[in-house]
Amino acid sequence: MSDVAIVGIGMHPFGRHEGVTGMEQGAAAVRAACKDAGVEWSDIQFAFGGSMAAGAPDTMVSQLGLTGLQFINVMNGCATGGSALFSAYNSIMSGAFDLGIAVGFDKHERGAFRIESGNKSGRDWYGGSGMALTTQFFGMKINRYMDQYGITQQSLAKVASKAFRNGSMNPMAWRRQPFTDDEVLQSQMLSYPLTQYMFCSPGEGGVALILARADQAHKYTKNPVYLKAAIVRSRRFGSFEVLAPSLAIEHSAGPTIDASKAAFEMAGIGPEDVDVAQLQDTESGAEVMHMAENGFCEHGEQEHMLANGETEIGGRFPVNTDGGCLANGEPVGASGLRQVYEVALQLRGGAGERQVPNNPKVGYTHVYGAPGISGVNILTT
Amino acid sequence: MAQVSINDNIMDLVDGKPVLKGVRCKDCGNYVFPVQKGCPKCAGADMEPVQLGDRGKLWAWTIQGFPPKAPPYLGEADPAKFKPYGVGYVELPGEVKVEARLTESDPALLKTGMEMQLVADSLSTDENGDEIVTYAFSPVN
Repeated sequence: MSDVAIVGIGMHPFGRHEGVTGMEQGAAAVRAACKDAGVEWSDIQFAFGGSMAAGAPDTMVSQLGLTGLQFINVMNGCATGGSALFSAYNSIMSGAFDLGIAVGFDKHERGAFRIESGNKSGRDWYGGSGMALTTQFFGMKINRYMDQYGITQQSLAKVASKAFRNGSMNPMAWRRQPFTDDEVLQSQMLSYPLTQYMFCSPGEGGVALILARADQAHKYTKNPVYLKAAIVRSRRFGSFEVLAPSLAIEHSAGPTIDASKAAFEMAGIGPEDVDVAQLQDTESGAEVMHMAENGFCEHGEQEHMLANGETEIGGRFPVNTDGGCLANGEPVGASGLRQVYEVALQLRGGAGERQVPNNPKVGYTHVYGAPGISGVNILTT
Repeated sequence: MAQVSINDNIMDLVDGKPVLKGVRCKDCGNYVFPVQKGCPKCAGADMEPVQLGDRGKLWAWTIQGFPPKAPPYLGEADPAKFKPYGVGYVELPGEVKVEARLTESDPALLKTGMEMQLVADSLSTDENGDEIVTYAFSPVN
């Protein structure tokens, strides 16, 4: 086996959809992906599906058709989509299957995630004390990072205004109204130094990707996108992670750095070869830190990169061209696959108004989330 | 009105002051809070209970600016009455960095590296009329 290709992509718009279940959004994405690849649901040999809050994904076969295919559910926090894709990739690489699908969908309640510990004995002290909020971790991490590397709050605002500008050109995005840097800065302070418009919100949506053996890809599409690396990593001792009641005195690199290095090694290319990237932007600071953690710049360089517009769609290194989590929201099961959908669209030259110029050939996706997990994919034309 | 620890597994209240309960690995000396059975550093399984220190340096911080969802939050969650509170990691020398509420919520008065003292922090009243107390750190002046 030489490679795995993405031959069909499908998406249900992200946002809020009254009266539509998360699973219906997932099924709509599957139908769109099948149509894109020119295949029937009955042609699909296997599926990996992920959802955090919208039901067991394998039950969607009752909506799509009971074909008897192998359907495995994947639940891996914020890396659920990446894990489904990793599993689908390896199912084809192993030679077990020729054509399969990775699907993710979700539907979350409004506001910050409600996280309860499920303590067996005594009160839920962590949530009870007001510390079970992922937003606090992001505030603490970027606050410390800004101190260490001279990143300003203005740069955090620029990341957010870029996201909403890109989102305004994306018909699938949730938040499509552009905001100025000042509007971002003046919105409510949620977790210092991060304001409301610097944070993404839990939301709804669905994404499906159809994968095939590379040597059969042209049966389905004239412009396959090749998956050159699919990596998921958990944290190592000493890293600084979300929802941790204590941290070690020793400090070590987080899972993003490990996942990124492994992915570049697997793909046999370097950060300088990447033409378009989708980096986890749970909030503005995350995008800033993840630019460096994924090897695209040195710590602190982001300040002038953002000032110079280098990460804009027309810039040297476009980041989160579809508006990222900030403009799309974060339906956990679908979020990682949305990044891959966007990169595939960009590499196919089909991103319309927000198309990265000069025929991008290499794309990169990165997720990070609780409890300290990261997934990276590298795609090429 | 009596004061009760939010959870006896993570802290005792001694003369109104919190004492944090952690574990230390007998093989490599690594500390963890709260109590758990295995060591994340050396993968050993021989952990002994220890009382953690009550002084340290602020390592990272933020301000919780909106009311957390209740449940699970036990403090004031009514948006009309909610007051922002600090949250941070305090590095206890030679032990571990503990995540905690901070009694200070003004960003201008918090600085990484500042000296912090463990204190009791009252959240609400339970069904018996007792005051539920958690731990927090307060800047040392």
